[in-house]
Amino acid sequence: MSTIKKESFVSEEQLRYATWLSWGARSGLLILVLSFLAYVLGWLPARIPLEQMPNMWNLSSHEYLHQTGAPTGWQWLSLVGQGDFAGLLGIAWMSGCSLLCLLVVMPIYSRRRDWVFVVLCVIALLVQLLAASGILTAGH
Amino acid sequence: MLNGVVSRLQNAGGLLKANALVLTLTLSLFTAGAYAAESLPAPGSMPWWGWALALFVTCFFLGIVAVPSGVGGGVLFVPIVGGFFPFHLDFVRGAGLLVALASALAAGPSLLRGGLADLRLALPLAVLASASSIAGAMIGLAIPAALVQIALGGTILGIVVLMAMAKKSEFPEVAQPDRLSSVLSINGIYHDAASNQKINWQVHRTPQGLALFVGIGFLAGLFGMGAGWANVPVLNLLMGAPLKVSAGTSSFILTLVDSSAAWIYLNKGAVLAIIAVPSVIGMMLGATIGARLLHVLKASVVRKMVISLLLFAGLRALLKGLGIWI
Repeated sequence: MSTIKKESFVSEEQLRYATWLSWGARSGLLILVLSFLAYVLGWLPARIPLEQMPNMWNLSSHEYLHQTGAPTGWQWLSLVGQGDFAGLLGIAWMSGCSLLCLLVVMPIYSRRRDWVFVVLCVIALLVQLLAASGILTAGH
Repeated sequence: MLNGVVSRLQNAGGLLKANALVLTLTLSLFTAGAYAAESLPAPGSMPWWGWALALFVTCFFLGIVAVPSGVGGGVLFVPIVGGFFPFHLDFVRGAGLLVALASALAAGPSLLRGGLADLRLALPLAVLASASSIAGAMIGLAIPAALVQIALGGTILGIVVLMAMAKKSEFPEVAQPDRLSSVLSINGIYHDAASNQKINWQVHRTPQGLALFVGIGFLAGLFGMGAGWANVPVLNLLMGAPLKVSAGTSSFILTLVDSSAAWIYLNKGAVLAIIAVPSVIGMMLGATIGARLLHVLKASVVRKMVISLLLFAGLRALLKGLGIWI
């Protein structure tokens, strides 16, 4: 340990990751708030009226899907003009913004021939893509 | 001299006011929780906006106490909202992951830029924890909710014990990095603003840390909680990362782990915007206030209150799962 003036010890890839993560998080939050306002203020029609939600949200996700016919996987994207599904846009964006961050740091690791971290980024991407793909299914 | 005394009195007054505020908030949460448990209206008797507003206010208060107590909002959210609101646990866990994810995303960039979160330390751990969080989420959505409630109650009570007993080490001694961390070049330097020191750090026991993160990711996916309560002790006490790097890296790891699990909940229809969005916004606003109060609050007092709150919520989850306290 030594006393120093403040200076940066942060790597190039970490700074790039931070920049992309910052934009991803901010835009995700903005989309989340706007789409939610459109939902609750009635700017977009809701597939399941908000008044009916207190009778629905105590059901398990499986029963909820069964009773409402709500879609699974990425099918909600085709219903994004409806308020209750528009609200999922911001959530999906926030869940997916790390994918871009991983992609943009890979060229830096490659240039430095840091192959272990290139492979780690690829595996992290594949795990995220597998989760996002909707091909993994389970149910009550 | 008189000015000094007045200034001290003013500081003490501010401290008392802030601590009284948090005490009031915590007592309100206890009272509201107990009241809600006893007199929960039938699902249809309160309008949707009433529940959304109650959720927003609860999350706002949780956000205020989450920061000074050093626990993530997600760990408070799932047992409290799951125990005292009429939402099914599937939707509560889906929202809990998003609460933890949103908080981690908000903090992640500045932690990375400041060197308090380390990408090289985080990536290997996050890859394993992300994969296991997917498994946890899938199993959590496949088993009966009562079983998840019981396991959640047991885990929360375990966290209470961990929080009450766990020690922290600001700068753990790592004499020799292990072979794996040397190969992966997991080490770094950060500037500690509090002491104006340049801190060099390295880690050891990396294989054991990786193994524990598999379990931590699984629990995060299963219960929909952020896993900072487990990440920090493993990074700090087991692997020997400095406390601030452990806390920062833990938060950053959640951006990857919780997003993997969140996709499973989203794809399975276990995310309702009407529950998730007021929770995320309430928690983030509360956390902003909590971060500002950080300098005037006595962290140990808040921590004890949160431990009590978690003890209450953990018992509630356990008894609800067992069918004793519906």
